[in-house]
Amino acid sequence: MTFLMIFITAIFVNNIVLSQFLGICPFLGVSKKISTALGMGFAVMFVMTVSTIVTFLIYHSLLFPFQLEYMTTVTFILVIASLVQMVEIIIKKVSPVLYQALGIFLPLITTNCAVLGIAILTIQKNYALLSGVCYALASAMGFTLAIVIFAGIRERLSYTKIPSSLKGTPIALITAGLLSMAFMGFAGIGH
Amino acid sequence: MDKTSYQNLTRGIISENPILVMMLGMCPTLGVSTSAINGVGMGLSTLLVLIFSNFAISLVKNIIPPMVRIPSFIVIIASIVTVVDLLMAAYLPGLHAALGIYIPLIVVNCIILGRAEAFASKNNLWQSILDALGMGIGFTIALTVLGAIREILGNGSIFGLMVFGEDINPILLFIMPPGAFLALAAMIVVFNHLRKGK
Repeated sequence: MTFLMIFITAIFVNNIVLSQFLGICPFLGVSKKISTALGMGFAVMFVMTVSTIVTFLIYHSLLFPFQLEYMTTVTFILVIASLVQMVEIIIKKVSPVLYQALGIFLPLITTNCAVLGIAILTIQKNYALLSGVCYALASAMGFTLAIVIFAGIRERLSYTKIPSSLKGTPIALITAGLLSMAFMGFAGIGH
Repeated sequence: MDKTSYQNLTRGIISENPILVMMLGMCPTLGVSTSAINGVGMGLSTLLVLIFSNFAISLVKNIIPPMVRIPSFIVIIASIVTVVDLLMAAYLPGLHAALGIYIPLIVVNCIILGRAEAFASKNNLWQSILDALGMGIGFTIALTVLGAIREILGNGSIFGLMVFGEDINPILLFIMPPGAFLALAAMIVVFNHLRKGK
């Protein structure tokens, strides 16, 4: 039951993009087509889950016992950066097909603040390993859901006439605002 | 001040404003701009990190081999952010609590790494500091204005002072997440309009 709750809360109620504002850069940048949005979503899902497991283990077996909590930010960002690099190399070797699909998105993920954000939030929220993993996976699924819906709307928008002053970023932000409003409808489910 | 220095300083404020033109650092922009004071706090902490990181990176740019330059920049930035984080927790605990997760996330703020890569790694110390100052001021101004708009509309106050008296019904939506997107969209439209009008 608690795991289900974590999933529902992280995907719908506290959607990582639309209500916590993490990972806005890829959300606005890689959302012109549904297929690329989906690719980005899966890449984030993969990296976020793995990096949360690794950073969790490092925090609880190294940083916390040796009272090095102040090193959290530095350690986590290094772990995530090297992890992304490693994942890229492994996928390239093991599954060229997957590499073709995810390849270009992987380097971008290092600077996706959602990955570092979720790693830190998992520690701050005092989750155990299993619920932490659920939380990371669910947050990433929330990201994927939001970016795919957003890309769908933007595909349709590209065929419509938009006032010239709203073209580009402003209309994208307004769309995101309306989407965020729709997700507010889920508020209260968690209680 | 000669022409180049002046350009490096002012570029970040209007023509290459990180929020309104370059669309960098969107996460903290949308996340913490619920009030003007949060905007100022976030803007100034980013400004501080930006100055020190451009300073440090400009100093070591000739020592770091190009292959490992990005990871080295990230470590330098992360250390500076940690220092700012700890200083803030000690001296400004209220603001530190309000900004929360967005403080450690300054590390992955694209503005900082972007300026390190695009400017500080190619220019001398003095110009890098000017560039950081300009970008930081541009970021702070945009963030404060956005925070002020959201605070006035969503809470009826500015910098904590009630402007319309106590008995008004503010548009709560503007301090909630959708309001961040809508207010920023409106701000960019007005900004673009004013720039084109010149």
